[in-house]
Amino acid sequence: MRAFTYERAASVEAAAGAAASNPEAKFIAGGTNLLDLMKLEIETPSHLIDVNGLGLDRIEATPEGGLRIGALVRNTDLAAHETIRRDYGVLSRALVAGASGQLRNKATTAGNLMQRTRCPYFYDTNQPCNKRRPGSGCSALGGISRQLGVVGVSDACIATHPSDMAVAMRALDAAVETVKPDGTRRSIGMADFHRLPGDTPHIETELKSGEFITAVVLPPPIGGRHIYRKVRDRASYAFALVSIGAVIQPDGTGRISVGGVAHKPWRLDAADAELPKGAKAASAALLADARTTEQNKFKVDLVERTLGAVILEARG
Amino acid sequence: MPSTNQPEISRRDLLISSAATVAMTGAAPGVAAAQFADRSMHYTSTISLKVNGESRDLDIDNRTTLLDALREHLHLTGTKKGCDHGQCGACTVMVDGRRINSCLTLAVMHDGDEVTTIEGLGQPGNLHPMQAAFVKHDGFQCGYCTPGQICSSVAVLEEIRANIPSHVTGSLTEQATISQAEIRERMSGNICRCGAYSNIVEAIVEAAGARA
Ligand SMILES: Cc1cc2nc3c(=O)[nH]c(=O)nc-3n(C[C@H](O)[C@H](O)[C@H](O)COP(=O)(O)OP(=O)(O)OC[C@H]3O[C@@H](n4cnc5c(N)ncnc54)[C@H](O)[C@@H]3O)c2cc1C
Ligand code: SF4
Ligand code: FES
Ligand code: FES
Repeated sequence: MRAFTYERAASVEAAAGAAASNPEAKFIAGGTNLLDLMKLEIETPSHLIDVNGLGLDRIEATPEGGLRIGALVRNTDLAAHETIRRDYGVLSRALVAGASGQLRNKATTAGNLMQRTRCPYFYDTNQPCNKRRPGSGCSALGGISRQLGVVGVSDACIATHPSDMAVAMRALDAAVETVKPDGTRRSIGMADFHRLPGDTPHIETELKSGEFITAVVLPPPIGGRHIYRKVRDRASYAFALVSIGAVIQPDGTGRISVGGVAHKPWRLDAADAELPKGAKAASAALLADARTTEQNKFKVDLVERTLGAVILEARG
Repeated sequence: MPSTNQPEISRRDLLISSAATVAMTGAAPGVAAAQFADRSMHYTSTISLKVNGESRDLDIDNRTTLLDALREHLHLTGTKKGCDHGQCGACTVMVDGRRINSCLTLAVMHDGDEVTTIEGLGQPGNLHPMQAAFVKHDGFQCGYCTPGQICSSVAVLEEIRANIPSHVTGSLTEQATISQAEIRERMSGNICRCGAYSNIVEAIVEAAGARA
């Protein structure tokens, strides 16, 4: 690990300002992703800004009837929150399907959104990787790609975003609230927050340099059956091959957001519209533009079958 | 292992340290003093941890994980290093009452926090009920994962009592219950290379009953 200086941020504005004044600085929240990557020198910040203790660990009702989740709320506390369990069950379920009890006690809302891919070549510093070293090439294309993306991919990168939580937040139409170093605030919808890889897979979100996440806002509850179904190589403590976060209404309409297939949670209006017709139609719409490798083409069938199971569960 | 405890002096580090020197000797002593006070120009820190009830002061490199602070600085070697990447649970300790992986957190981030390690749960002759249950049920073979398993399992029972849901909890709106399925799921962050899992679960079930 490279040496770094360390400070505890005194305020949200001070945190954003400190990050903007040093392009090699990074925020640290739970540390469960950043430290992992720093040990491998995949991340090499020269300065860490500790953002714990800024009072962003609360979940509050919004005047619109939704919820504002502070950026530093731990994954365990979010999953266990009474209103989340009752009105936004898909989010609770997605959270407890991720990582382990120990990790969820540390992992934060903002850190979870910002976690980086689990592509094996991103972690292997001996191999080319456009995300880790822009312009060096993509080892996964033509390499081991079983876990990687099948839709929205590019010639530069086929990685997936590993977060379970983000898949549920996309289904719920959540929005990410931020502060920029100049003090301006904005809100970015989950549809736009994560980017597709394109030619710049190292740029993963819409955040600008130093921009700090303060909260994630959930709109008022929409009822329906909330389901999160995750398919993985072992029953617990593993990243998704495919996961589906769904909110399905009694009339069969609803929303479906898919994890494990793209650089961001994958949800399309056209696929939501097909949902009442069944899993085949909806998954065909979701993956109409799929570009698979020999090793990961099984994910196309897996999405359809997982969605079939979700629809059955919603009826049951 | 790419990581090393030797400070590497890179061009960037030299730039930073010369910037710090300029700040300290330059025309703005007030600014330099403030930077000194908030420690933000330093690669090392002085912290205080309350470990197993005892206050311990430490001078550490900022890179020191809580795990290395416990093992290498405080010589509390009960807590084990398996993977050093959050993947095995051998390093599980309790911080302010919650179980975490001590390998994925920095000691400097825990200034003032209360840490409980396996040594703090119980000692020979004065075992914690969970330690006694592990002994009784042979909940280990080589024993390397055991301190992490025991710290984790003590926390698991508290998490169920606190009604924190898990992946196998049936209803999100009802109180979580203690069952084999719940224990297995909640213990999945603790890997046992010897495969002592079935005895570990039996030990936890017994300890849960004893406390209920
Ligand atoms: C073994 C293992 C298994 C895992 N399994 C899963 C899984 O199955 N599913 C899953 O979803 N996740 C999984 N995870 C990942 C885990 O969920 C993430 O590590 C965690 O959510 C990151 O949160 P953190 O607070 O620790 O982030 P940190 O490590 O502190 O930060 C991560 C990134 O976010 C940035 N950041 C933090 N806070 C802010 C902020 N407020 N504003 C702007 N940027 C910010 C940091 O600068 C950093 O770049 C696993 C992790 C491990 C180690
Ligand atoms: S898929 Fe993306 S992350 Fe993986 S090797 Fe290619 S460029 Fe790197
Ligand atoms: S040593 Fe910390 S989880 Fe393996
Ligand atoms: S007892 Fe040997 S690793 Fe668990």
